[in-house]
Amino acid sequence: MEILYASCVGILVTCGLFLILRARTFPVVLGLTMMSYAVNLFLFASGRLNSNQAAVLGKSAQYADPLPQALVLTAIVIGFAMTAFVVILSIRGRADLGNDHVDGIIPNKNKVLQRETR
Amino acid sequence: MALLWIPILSLLASVIASVTGNLNRTTSAWLTATMPAIALGIAIYYTPVVFAGKTLLYSLQWIPAMGINLSFRLDGLALLFVFMILGIGLLVILYARYYLSAKDSMAKFYAFLMLFMTAMLGIVLSSNIIQLWLFWELTSVSSFLLISFWWHQSAARKGARMALAVTGAGGLALLAGLIILGDIVGSYDLDVVLKSGELIKNHTLYPVTLVLILLGAFTKSAQFPFHFWLPHAMSAPTPVSAYLHSATMVKAGIFLLARFYPALAGTDLWFLIVGLTGLATLLFGAYIALFKHDLKGLLAYSTISHLGLITLLLGLDTQLAAVAAIFHIINHAIFKASLFMAAGIIDHETGSRDMRKLNGLFKFMPYTATLAMVASASMAGVPLLNGFLSKEMFFAETLHQQVLGSMSWLIPVLATLAGVFAVAYSARFIHDVFFNGERICLTPPPHEPPRYMRVPVEILVALCIVVGIMPNFVVDGILTSASIAVVGHALPEYSLAIWHGFNLPLLMSFIAVVLGLFVYTQRKYFFQFQASLPSIDAKAWFEFWVQNSVNYSAKLINVFENSSLQRYIFLFLLCVLVLAGLPLFDMVKLAGSEALMPISPQNAVGAGLLIAGALATIIWHRVRIIALLSISIVGLMVSVAFTRFSAPDLALTQLIVEVVTVILLMLALFFLPQKTPKESSSPRILRDLGMASSIGIVVGSICYAMLTRPLSSISDFFLANAKIGGGGSNVVNVILVDFRGFDTLGEITVLGIAALGIYKLLTNLPLFMPSSDGEGRPWAKERHPILLASVSQSLLPLALLVSVYIFLRGHNLPGGGFIAGLITATAFILQYIAHGSQWVSSRFDANYRKIIASGILIALLTGVGSLFFDRPFLTSWFEYFKVPLVGKVELASAIAFDLGVYITVVGATLMILASLGKLTIGTEPKESK
Repeated sequence: MEILYASCVGILVTCGLFLILRARTFPVVLGLTMMSYAVNLFLFASGRLNSNQAAVLGKSAQYADPLPQALVLTAIVIGFAMTAFVVILSIRGRADLGNDHVDGIIPNKNKVLQRETR
Repeated sequence: MALLWIPILSLLASVIASVTGNLNRTTSAWLTATMPAIALGIAIYYTPVVFAGKTLLYSLQWIPAMGINLSFRLDGLALLFVFMILGIGLLVILYARYYLSAKDSMAKFYAFLMLFMTAMLGIVLSSNIIQLWLFWELTSVSSFLLISFWWHQSAARKGARMALAVTGAGGLALLAGLIILGDIVGSYDLDVVLKSGELIKNHTLYPVTLVLILLGAFTKSAQFPFHFWLPHAMSAPTPVSAYLHSATMVKAGIFLLARFYPALAGTDLWFLIVGLTGLATLLFGAYIALFKHDLKGLLAYSTISHLGLITLLLGLDTQLAAVAAIFHIINHAIFKASLFMAAGIIDHETGSRDMRKLNGLFKFMPYTATLAMVASASMAGVPLLNGFLSKEMFFAETLHQQVLGSMSWLIPVLATLAGVFAVAYSARFIHDVFFNGERICLTPPPHEPPRYMRVPVEILVALCIVVGIMPNFVVDGILTSASIAVVGHALPEYSLAIWHGFNLPLLMSFIAVVLGLFVYTQRKYFFQFQASLPSIDAKAWFEFWVQNSVNYSAKLINVFENSSLQRYIFLFLLCVLVLAGLPLFDMVKLAGSEALMPISPQNAVGAGLLIAGALATIIWHRVRIIALLSISIVGLMVSVAFTRFSAPDLALTQLIVEVVTVILLMLALFFLPQKTPKESSSPRILRDLGMASSIGIVVGSICYAMLTRPLSSISDFFLANAKIGGGGSNVVNVILVDFRGFDTLGEITVLGIAALGIYKLLTNLPLFMPSSDGEGRPWAKERHPILLASVSQSLLPLALLVSVYIFLRGHNLPGGGFIAGLITATAFILQYIAHGSQWVSSRFDANYRKIIASGILIALLTGVGSLFFDRPFLTSWFEYFKVPLVGKVELASAIAFDLGVYITVVGATLMILASLGKLTIGTEPKESK
């Protein structure tokens, strides 16, 4: 299971970073969301993988490490706030700048390409 | 304690000046001067103690872990400088009152001047060498402000910049030197450093330390070849020149040499560098001074020359050289400050400082002329004046030194030569300005300055004469105690008498005077010769150098910073790859010792879905709606993973956050293009994929390495204390609201700030409202389907009930404020979706900003509450009560804290989504034509 778990984290990182490297805001936001999944899973893994050992006293014989869980819980909520902020920022950026390129300007060399795809 | 007041009073003076400066000039000057006057009183009060050989200390802890304290120390050397800084400072305050014109801001001038005074006092009183450096840099900054006081003049700006660049660079070298010094000694305390002279001089790093510290001192004291900034700093108002560039700041470098004399001096390297630098500066300054037509220019080069003289004395290996150096510091400060002030008076009354135009001023201002002539005579070293005494001592010391071995005879010869030029330029200052024919094109006829503008000059010139005639009576005490502080041990016998009989130093003085006057009479030939030399404009050279380095840096920056975010991210990821990836090669084996968990079929399916979702997201990332749906699968599977691996709280949170995020992103997509144009070239996609997968491999490997290694966690404490200390059995929740409650408080604050930021971003948004989807189809006419509307309405009370339940049980079972808040928020979002925001706000008109604020406030007050019971911030309290019929009930303060979390989460989530959703009002679906 550990191999599978680590592979999942690796694949999420790969996909997330690839999206972050895109030129338009929305894929970058998706990439950031994906990266936050990956980071949360990675942090969670620092408590190792355990089945049926929820850290609720009296419910099982052994307990999973509660500390990474607490940290990840707040990280999920903060991650949501950040995603929301970035996506609203990109809406604002598009409204103010007239395009949704991450640099605020569409580079010249791409204009031709863009016209072709329309 | 009173020691601390000396710099504090001067700092107070700066504040007073900035407040009162624009009221009444005279009042402001008096008020500002009171503070340094009191400080001077404190210094005088301590004088007998210091003369008795005691060193006063006052220390406050600052950064004890790094050995840095705010500590002050008063010994003989510091006392001498305190007297000079405060005494001349007071005279300058008086002088500047009449010097500044009505246009100049007095508040600004005095405030900067007093700030500079504080910095200088800080340098000389510091008992910690890092603190000394801090004040050292403060003098650079405040002198920058003072030199550029007439900022509208280009010369002032450039001069100030040059001074800052040169002394600032020297200051950095000094910091490096002091840090190494502290490292060698093992302490930044000055007393320890001064006592460790032998240790320092025998250390292998001694040459490096010495050179770095000397760089700091030489740049500050305008030693050759760093002298060029000082003449350009003369574009400052003259009171500044009198204060900074004769008496105090340029002496800071000398002070540094004297301060570290016991720790650093005494080696051949010291004598060679310090002695030769001083000698070169002495000669060069004296020679150039003769050719300066600007009064202040002449004085500036003369100052350079005299600073060189003092430096040379500190670099001589004779017994009394240090005494002579201290004596000349005192004398130079006195006569040079008065000369600068006289030059300022001349400039003030005639409007010119050019000696080619200024002639025959004696008959217009005989009184000022007499004062200036006495001070110049002192500068030249004429008997019965203070300058003569220290110059005689200087000549005597040059005769006794052995610095250059068999060539040591050169030093007295060159010293006499410098003396010749000193006499020549002093003669020029007197003759060219006050006599030598009639003035040229200066109207109207100049006159004496205001009465009080002359007072400071009078006082200083009187001192020149008093010290010159009765040296034993006036300066013996301070000279002895300062010299002992420099040398570090008792002084040999010396005499300050005016008359030592016919001896070699007297002959040298005599030669200097005679030859100097001869040189002045023959100056025409020297001027011709000097004019035939190629001229070097230090300012142009410096500006060229600055411009070049700016251009080079700009080019270098442009290589990396081409304002493309994609490029920055790529470079950043490259660094991550190198820093995180390389250490993996040092690991012997990736897999650790722990046994692996078997892969169950359910887990395999989950992982497969997660991977498929992730891959689908990037494959269809240009069709945004599909990418969004795919990524929601990933989020769902992450939540399932949390369930599988014993984290029910996480699973609940992730599940609801996932729902909210997808709704938000879908809403956002309404305002954004539905598709991403194809922009990246194939090589670019390949490059990005390569980079992303490399880091993915590295992170995955690290994750695997971590998972297969044994766990040692601090959580045993939490598990053991959750029930007895925090009163809850859901350890995750107890950590959140109790053990790490402070973190949680910070996190909900961030959540609130993010929501407020979004609110602000969405106000006054110029709307870009599409009337159809990406394919050109109009939006559905039915905005709020009846089925959804009726179901959601009946779901609301149920959902609220569930969230209350989840909230209440959170302390003991999976749940809590975060999760309950998200559930409540989702229930309301559903209402927004089903009925539209107008419908909701007509029924439930809440101000989400206030909700967020009250949530954070509740959490904060709960934390503060524990302070009333003498417990640390955020200590939680709980107790069990027996309630009839219900049974045992637990009451915990943590639940109030969790309530704050709940309210903040509800407010923030709703604010984010409702603000964005509200924008869609007014986009009525249009029929397609």
